[in-house]
Amino acid sequence: MAAQTLLQKLEILADAAKYDASCASSGTAKKNSLGGKGIGSTEGMGICHAYAPDGRCISLLKILLTNHCVFDCHYCVNRKSSNVARARFTPQEVVDLTLGFYRRNYIEGLFLSSGIVKSSDHTMEQIVEVARILREEHDFRGYIHLKTIPEADPEIVHRAGLYADRVSINVELPTDSGLTRLAPDKDARQIEGAMGKVKADLIEAKDARKRFRHAPRFAPAGQSTQMIVGADAATDADIVGKASRLYDNFRLRRVYYSAFSPIPDASAVLPLKRPPLIREHRLYQSDWLMRFYGYKPADVMQATEADGNLPLDIDPKLAWALKFREAFPVDVNRASKEQLLRVPGLGVKAVGKILASRRHRALRLDDVARLTQSITKVRPFICAVDWRPVTLTDRADLRSLLAPKAEQLELFAA
Amino acid sequence: MTALQHVKLGAYYTVHLPEPDDFDFWRERARGLVQCDVPPDRIAWLEPGGSGDLFASGAPSQGERRLPVPSADARPVRASKRFVSLARNAILHSDAQRFSLLYRLLWRLQANPRIMEDKADRDVRQVEELAKNVRRDSHKMHAFVRFRLVEDEALGEHYVAWFEPDHHILRANAGFFMRRFSNMRWSILTPRGSLHWDGTTMAEGPPAQRSDAPGGDPMEDLWRRYYASIFNPARLKVDAMLKEMPKKYWKNMPEAALIPELIAGAQGREAHMVEKGALAFEERPGTLDAIDKAIHACRKCPIGTLDNHAVMGEGPRDAALMIVGEQPGDQEDVAGRPFVGPAGQLLDAHLEAAGIDRRAAYVTNAVKHFKYVQRGKRRLHQNPGAKEIDTCRWWLESERALVRPKLVLAMGASAARGVLGKTVSVAKVRGQAIPLEDGSELWVTVHPSYLLRLDGPAREEQARLFAADLAAVKERLAELAG
Repeated sequence: MAAQTLLQKLEILADAAKYDASCASSGTAKKNSLGGKGIGSTEGMGICHAYAPDGRCISLLKILLTNHCVFDCHYCVNRKSSNVARARFTPQEVVDLTLGFYRRNYIEGLFLSSGIVKSSDHTMEQIVEVARILREEHDFRGYIHLKTIPEADPEIVHRAGLYADRVSINVELPTDSGLTRLAPDKDARQIEGAMGKVKADLIEAKDARKRFRHAPRFAPAGQSTQMIVGADAATDADIVGKASRLYDNFRLRRVYYSAFSPIPDASAVLPLKRPPLIREHRLYQSDWLMRFYGYKPADVMQATEADGNLPLDIDPKLAWALKFREAFPVDVNRASKEQLLRVPGLGVKAVGKILASRRHRALRLDDVARLTQSITKVRPFICAVDWRPVTLTDRADLRSLLAPKAEQLELFAA
Repeated sequence: MTALQHVKLGAYYTVHLPEPDDFDFWRERARGLVQCDVPPDRIAWLEPGGSGDLFASGAPSQGERRLPVPSADARPVRASKRFVSLARNAILHSDAQRFSLLYRLLWRLQANPRIMEDKADRDVRQVEELAKNVRRDSHKMHAFVRFRLVEDEALGEHYVAWFEPDHHILRANAGFFMRRFSNMRWSILTPRGSLHWDGTTMAEGPPAQRSDAPGGDPMEDLWRRYYASIFNPARLKVDAMLKEMPKKYWKNMPEAALIPELIAGAQGREAHMVEKGALAFEERPGTLDAIDKAIHACRKCPIGTLDNHAVMGEGPRDAALMIVGEQPGDQEDVAGRPFVGPAGQLLDAHLEAAGIDRRAAYVTNAVKHFKYVQRGKRRLHQNPGAKEIDTCRWWLESERALVRPKLVLAMGASAARGVLGKTVSVAKVRGQAIPLEDGSELWVTVHPSYLLRLDGPAREEQARLFAADLAAVKERLAELAG
């Protein structure tokens, strides 16, 4: 077989990475290249340099070092028994691609993952080597996200954290039984053990920096994880429960959900149909509610339907409000921030504006309309000086009034 | 003397700004005019090139000379931090009314210093809206500027970009590109002006045209390939893309030319992925007869397409013991029954010796068809691949679901994989129970054909171990029955 060109390798190894949901490049320490010899900066907020037609942002060069893998996880296109085309980058090739793309302002940095070759330690060494060359030889100050391998020696994983802005360890599946069935080579306790080790490293590094200004940084953007949704029977309630335990136990910055998507050469144990993408979206919305709106996992679980899943036709906040109508209407001129944050249609920003504005005037419905995206959605749940939704909140068909009309995907809109 | 005495009642003033983004100049003039109590509707603010700028080509404003001068004891002008930071952004907007809007707000701030907190106020909202648009434009500039490499013989590498901002944001964003690309020589050309960084100093240049920028870069092929490959056609969300990356930016982004083609091909690519990927297994068969029929028609792996017949498992529908082999051999294929060849005979002898009644067990294989290569008239046995075992696992699982054995004995690594879905080492797991999801348990031993391949003491030793495994199974079966 003729040697693969860089172009061919890039195609295979980017294609292999496209099922990974996590891509954020935000929340790290600020850096710039003034006074250095290399390039790169991070200014707190990540930048999406392009958007793919799947609606996802491209901010990092997201590739696999190799898609050869000795593991055999059924949901994974790169598993040993799959027939996909294989390719392997050298660390130097990844470095050159990253710098070449970065110099042209295509990307914010690198998100490197890998199939497991030879051994977990060997693979982890290779991943770390890419980051080392970027940081030490090229003085690269852009964003680096490394996917770490739970089975690898913690010492090597620790080194990854010294170079990377963020490290992530995939929990893969929301339940241990799902993991046993679909990822026979993985072990839930090992995964959580590795997360715990990273958490300890994060705390230690933070503590050291309080004492010594020049103590080395360790993954300043923290750690994240990803789980696959819809490949096993886990319900949204299971998933939300798992995510919140992970947030609590391992101080994760983000839990990403990746809707199981049809993969070429799928394993026979997988479901045939992909879960609706909207399910993934509802999980992200519930994640948002817990991170920014003060919802507890129990609140989100209360919003699920009898089968343990969040409704697909309305968002989880509206679902909660419809179930707990006695908590409404909320008076925009008097209610606490916490109460306002529970109103469907009011975002964190809108609530902030309402709180600031009501110190100056008694808000009328018109005023609220100016501060929110859409007053229609908010109206049934609030009171203002000139507004009381006397009958609306009690209407049995409120849900159908508020649920968005089903839309056909516009395939050829562009 | 009060400030008012300086102002001619009812006079109109015109302020000419030297640059459309000169916040400090605007602030200086606005401060003086507020101190002289000039009401907002008495001032026209003009930027270079703006409509109504009668003096654009001539000497600096005549109107300016007529601006009133505040007295030394004039009251200081008050403006909240929030106002200043918003105004600094809003003034970069291309809306010609921005200066007067900001002045009106500054004017109102003197009477009501906390007005910025009133988000429902029309002026406040308008300024916030301008500032938001400017921030968005800046953000898109950070994101969508695409440098192209020009090799300059004298100076080396030079990265040049062409960008078309909506607002006067170029100068305000110089710092971002300087901090990021500090050791690169780069230029950003726009219709509103240009920036040039040589690694140490920043120079501003005149407006440019697209033709001043280079047309391509060798890296773009790689970038386009990346863009096309990272896109998952199974998740088409065109609206979400357009919301963040409106079409107006596309013409200057090399990857955007691929978008129509990627969208048009997405359905086909997804269908292909599903077809290649998801094997078209339907509902699990409800009876062993249905499985028998279905495996004869199964062509989901290459073995099924060879010239052979499927061999169904046999035994009681409610057997407590299920024995799983690898796959039918030549003789089994001809007879249509499992374990009738040499390995089967050896198995029978061992079962009898161990006191296990083969007729009470359900005997089957991990793979239902015979895999072979033709050598002349002979069909030589071939081991099934992991992929083939995994594909056939569907049928083995269907059999297990119907027979529901208490104990499964897998003979050989292929059989173990057929049950477990992963490859285990027989040597490591033999002689012990492996719990299965349905509550039953798996025991693993070698395949009898392995014994047939050995000679002398090795064969005796392995036969002894095999017999021991069967004895342990027999004992365990009795426990489970009890």
